[in-house]
Amino acid sequence: MSSQPTPAAAPSAAATPDAAHYVRIVDVSKKFGDFTAVDHVSLDIRRGEIFCLLGGSGSGKTTLLRMLAGFETPTTGRIEIEGQDLSRVPPYERPVNMMFQSYALFPHMSVEKNVAFGLEQEHLGRDAIRRQVGEILEIVKMSGYGARKPHQLSGGQRQRVALARALVKRPKLLLLDEPLAALDKKLREHTQFELLNIQQRLGVTFIVVTHDQEEAMTLGTRLGVMNHGRIVQVGTPSDIYESPATRFVADFIGSVNMFAGEVCANGADGLCIRSADLGCTVRAERAAGGAHGATVWTAIRPEKVQISRTPPEGAEAAGGENLVAGAVKEIAYMGDTSIYLVRLDSGSMLRVTLPNVLRGAERPIAREERVWLSWHGSSPVVLTE
Amino acid sequence: MRTRGWFARIALVLGLVFLYVPIVSMIVFSFNNSRLVTVWDAAHSPTLRWYGVLVHNEQILTAAWLSIRIAVTAASAAVVLGTLAGVALARFGAFRGRLLLAGMVTAPIVMPEVITGLSLLLLFVAMAQLVGWPRGVGAVTIALAHITFCMAYVTVVVQSRLAGFDESLEEAAMDLGARPLKVFFRITLPLILPAIASGWLLAFTLSWDDLVITQFVAGPGSSTLPMVVFSKVRFGVTPDVNALATILVLLVAAGIGISTVWMRYQQRRRERDLQLAAAANL
Amino acid sequence: MAVRLSQVMGRRLIAGIPTLWLLVLFLIPFIIVFRISFSEVRLAIPPYTPLINWHHGAPHLEVHWSAYSFLFTDPLYVSSYLYSLKVAAVSTLCCLLIGYPMAYAIARTGDATRPLLLMLIVLPFWTSFLLRVYAWIGLLKNNGVINNVLLSLGVVHHPLALIQTDFAVYIGIVYSYLPFMILPLYANLEKHDPALLEAAADLGARPWRAFVGVTLPQSLPGIAAGSLLVFIPAVGEYVIPTLLGRTDQLMIGRVLSDEFFENRDWPVASAVAILILLFLIVPILLLQRVERRQMEAGQ
Repeated sequence: MSSQPTPAAAPSAAATPDAAHYVRIVDVSKKFGDFTAVDHVSLDIRRGEIFCLLGGSGSGKTTLLRMLAGFETPTTGRIEIEGQDLSRVPPYERPVNMMFQSYALFPHMSVEKNVAFGLEQEHLGRDAIRRQVGEILEIVKMSGYGARKPHQLSGGQRQRVALARALVKRPKLLLLDEPLAALDKKLREHTQFELLNIQQRLGVTFIVVTHDQEEAMTLGTRLGVMNHGRIVQVGTPSDIYESPATRFVADFIGSVNMFAGEVCANGADGLCIRSADLGCTVRAERAAGGAHGATVWTAIRPEKVQISRTPPEGAEAAGGENLVAGAVKEIAYMGDTSIYLVRLDSGSMLRVTLPNVLRGAERPIAREERVWLSWHGSSPVVLTE
Repeated sequence: MRTRGWFARIALVLGLVFLYVPIVSMIVFSFNNSRLVTVWDAAHSPTLRWYGVLVHNEQILTAAWLSIRIAVTAASAAVVLGTLAGVALARFGAFRGRLLLAGMVTAPIVMPEVITGLSLLLLFVAMAQLVGWPRGVGAVTIALAHITFCMAYVTVVVQSRLAGFDESLEEAAMDLGARPLKVFFRITLPLILPAIASGWLLAFTLSWDDLVITQFVAGPGSSTLPMVVFSKVRFGVTPDVNALATILVLLVAAGIGISTVWMRYQQRRRERDLQLAAAANL
Repeated sequence: MAVRLSQVMGRRLIAGIPTLWLLVLFLIPFIIVFRISFSEVRLAIPPYTPLINWHHGAPHLEVHWSAYSFLFTDPLYVSSYLYSLKVAAVSTLCCLLIGYPMAYAIARTGDATRPLLLMLIVLPFWTSFLLRVYAWIGLLKNNGVINNVLLSLGVVHHPLALIQTDFAVYIGIVYSYLPFMILPLYANLEKHDPALLEAAADLGARPWRAFVGVTLPQSLPGIAAGSLLVFIPAVGEYVIPTLLGRTDQLMIGRVLSDEFFENRDWPVASAVAILILLFLIVPILLLQRVERRQMEAGQ
């Protein structure tokens, strides 16, 4: 199993092996009784990156994080940082720190004491501790709050203290468990950018666990999507969004229109798929080969579909490929975009999002209006599993 | 809504009257001059006569002193054992022997006292036969018995306090480099200190107050205060017991009153802090 | 959790010490009681026959059923058991009827007065149990406070026989155990979402219907916990019936104590204890289940 190539193995990795294999998770599994929480996961994390583990509840992402922190011992496999096997090292001896989802600030200690706690365990001198605590509080912009107790802080302030406390020991790896989940929406956006800022300043490697795809997309340099204890896909946010590897990933990240079909031609200009559900032939220019007659799924993002009252020009020339007609059933106005649900002639529903570019533009498309939907040949993603 | 609200409120008032009438009547009659206790001797009352009798009653004073010593010992030992059990039950997950410990630790709370008392005495007799210890029943065996049923209460108090606390606090301490023992003393113990304190007070009160179990495991010359009081009141009402009860009630009321005021003060400070924090929100 | 030898040892110690203590001072004593209940009384030290006799070097198990058969043949014991169960059941019911509205009222009062009310409920519990029972002697006796008041008001012409009756025992038990009923009920009722009653009213339920249909079913765990906390110790109650109760009908706790201290019959006392436990084992297990559930729900 450990010989299986990791999907993350980018070509540049070979040049600087140390940086590319900074953290190695090798064939790690975790079982709780009969239940397999993490199932043979192998993953390499690069030095200095923000790696986001994204998945629903029960996907195993939190268990994986807790194994990295040392709160759980892997049933099989090993975890290395800079080549050192940490699988059996207790949490208090690991060069890894964690920011807890609940922040876990010690309620009986002041902000300063909370942040100093980790340094005190290293038996640093009093002056050194005070200096380092001061520095890190400065970085998270909490300098004036050292004497406060956690219950005297707002949610955003607590989050900063938790971050400072985890960063003050300059860990080789910082684990963040749903770092923004407890904040309200406005604050979350602001904090997100600040987190990126601090990470770049200190150069610490981050592993973030989240169930929020938006958070994962904006924070992560790379994402690992987890499902049923396995890593389903690893890649940059745009890799994962534009080229999902499986139906699960396509469906989990963003919204998607997915239709089953059969491969009817496999030429130089891409794959040709006939879909009865969709009621047209799809030409996918950027799809790799597929056996003639094989059942596949085509995934098309809603924002990649054009909507018009008349058939687009040149549609006839393409022989009706990537073109369907239907009637608008629902329109949801979202402010920046509008979502159109269109019932195709085949009976299926197709979802289209359009940006509301102009204010009070020409007569907008209305409900029950008949429309033509088309997309570029580069848009469809063909999935076999 | 309205009618039921009134019904419950009236029931509450009547219930509280029910709870306090006996105590108040006991206090009032402790100042009565008459030996006939319930007949108010208006000519010579109120008087502190029975308080005078009480403080010169050698038997009661000796018994009270013994009860205090036993209660302090039992409460202190019960706090140690109960905290260990509470930590194990709240924090160790499913370990071998958990069911045994959980079952045994709560059982003494509901067990009829006569059974606990009988079984403990029979144990002490059997132990004396087998290992020659304890040599006889007395203060030591009373303390051992009291520790056993008091630790159950401490366990429950500590366990529920720990259950209310996020386990990630301890994990965070460990993550920051503190070893398990240090985590316990720097994080867990300070957090459960209020629970331990109230557990100690509860254990002290239960030990101080226990009669039935004590009667089984006490020997000649080791009469606790409840034993002395019981033997006095079994044959009727005696006015100096009224005086004793009054002193105890006033002590407890004062203690609880002070702690309530203190807790309210803390609560109010906490609320003010929260408002400040909310005002300073980003 | 990372597995480490020192850590495993530490955990074993933490769980092991209280377990060992309870094994020696709680479980083993019961085994001894169980064992002695199958002995016969004899005039010796200890005053019962050994369970295992040595005949020509071989162990010989000697089981006597005499203590148990004695309990079932003498009507004194059977009636004491039944009487104890009746007293405990009636007292529990009274506690529930008095305690439920009180707990309900406390749960519905404002945040400002609620701590004060709770303190008033708990305060008697912190004062001596024995002295609180004693206080009722002063109230209930023939020339006690209640009779004096009734006589002086002319309501009665002869003092009522209040003390040494079933009524006095009920009063004593209800009085002593009422906080044990109110507190779990309050803990349950306090958690109820007031929006549920509003929803019921909104859907057309009158207050009484809303109470029966919404509040009461939800408070069943509290009712169960409170009732068991009163019933179980009440069955074995010793002090209250001794001070306030009848002299012609004893409760089983008193019988046990008398067998042991007055008759010095250890096997019979042990057999009485075992049979009390048999009666109580189901309620005790039930209580532990209710409490475990509540603890889990609380988490």
